Amino acid sequence: MSENRLRVEALSKKFGKNDVLSNVSFSLPEGSSLAIIGPSGCGKSTLLAIIAGLASASSGRTEMPEHWKTAFILQDYGLFPWKTVRDNLALPLQLRGVGRSERFAAVSSMLKELGLEGLEQRFPVQLSGGQRQRVAIGRALISRPDLLLMDEPFAALDAITREHLQNLLLQAWQRRRMSFMLVTHNVAEAVFLGRHIMVIGGRPATRKLWLENPCFGNAALRNSDESFALMRRVHEALEEPASPAPEEETNS
Amino acid sequence: MKILDILFRYVVAFLALLLFWQIGAWALGPYLLPAPMEVLEAWTLSLQDTVMRGHIVSSAVRVIAAMVLALAVAFPLGILLGYRRRIDRYVSPMVFLTYPLPKIVLLPVFLTLFGLGDLSKILIIALTTGYQILVVTRDGIRQLDARYLDAFRTLGGTPSQLVRHVLVPAALPSAMTALKVSSGTAVAVLFMAESFATQSGLGFLIMDAWGRGDQLEMFCGILSMSLLGLAIYEICHIAERIICRWKRLENRR
Repeated sequence: MSENRLRVEALSKKFGKNDVLSNVSFSLPEGSSLAIIGPSGCGKSTLLAIIAGLASASSGRTEMPEHWKTAFILQDYGLFPWKTVRDNLALPLQLRGVGRSERFAAVSSMLKELGLEGLEQRFPVQLSGGQRQRVAIGRALISRPDLLLMDEPFAALDAITREHLQNLLLQAWQRRRMSFMLVTHNVAEAVFLGRHIMVIGGRPATRKLWLENPCFGNAALRNSDESFALMRRVHEALEEPASPAPEEETNS
Repeated sequence: MKILDILFRYVVAFLALLLFWQIGAWALGPYLLPAPMEVLEAWTLSLQDTVMRGHIVSSAVRVIAAMVLALAVAFPLGILLGYRRRIDRYVSPMVFLTYPLPKIVLLPVFLTLFGLGDLSKILIIALTTGYQILVVTRDGIRQLDARYLDAFRTLGGTPSQLVRHVLVPAALPSAMTALKVSSGTAVAVLFMAESFATQSGLGFLIMDAWGRGDQLEMFCGILSMSLLGLAIYEICHIAERIICRWKRLENRR
């Protein structure tokens, strides 16, 4: 494959006799972002898990360049309670055999970037929800992923912390330009963080809407008419009854 | 402040115990139950004696060696059974069939197999404590939240890294608690194992003094053995607090 992009083709997933996902296709170019939005329990997380290689598809396929590294932020952050902030952050590097001094330097600069300085000796249980999520983001970013996958990363946070962390994620993206995908059920979040927005829904879940988002990453447009119009379209798509799978659109 | 508070309560409890003991001594007379001050005095004197110190060291070495051995065998095995369901399916029926057996009844068998020396005693104590550590460690791993395994898989480590970074730290709190709780049983089994076919150890000292009708020496032995049990319990407790600090912080919430 010559193009650097993630391709998902006609992906379906069954759990026993239960169809969860049906014929989901899309592609995500390098350095871009996709917000997947849909009602709770519709199979969004399953889709992400399949892309991350944590689950297998019943049919269809996912493709990405071989050299791409992925990182996954789980819904409940997946920090290890027996490791301090510093050890949690260093773990991906340690698993890959990165030396102690290099690890120390990488963790220190990550602590600084995420505003976690002074908390490195704490255990996850001693942190607030927002701080814990920062650590989870840091642990995902420290291995320099080409594709960052996030399952409802900010769902458990209050509105202000959530906005802070959305900005933080965006700044991290501006520095690194990795591709990222997030699953959310928050329409405003999808419109702020998704360069592309995909609405899925129905039983089994299919792709209901694919949007290019001009408001992506623009804090100034957060409360603009344009972004409200987008949110309205997403809302309408979410409330629409299930329709047959749409044709593949050109999305770049 | 907190440490002083704890210390104060322990001192009060200790004095209360001495008081009950003293009341008992008055009620039963000095032959059945020597007075606490008399025993404490004799015990302090006996500590200057190499014979008493030798018995204490013998007992301590046996029980500590046995607990270390139990932990070294049962902890990895518990992790294996907890994590590998397929192995667990075949091994755990065997474990649970033999778990309720009082292992001490095997002492004569062990003496025959492993001789009258320390080995048979250490093995019987290790077997008793090891079972508890094994069962608790296995359950600890089985109850491990699957999200930690998922999180580790997303980081892409090897199986041996999984053991080191996830399974061992996750299972340690339950294993340390089991070790601590089983220390009482360990000392009880030690007493049984030392009460015959040996000339060393506190168990021997106690039974020997009892046979000779030397109440004071017998109580010195009982006191030594109680303190040995207490010391082992406290060592386990402190080790648990240091190694599993995160768990304590979690429980405090």
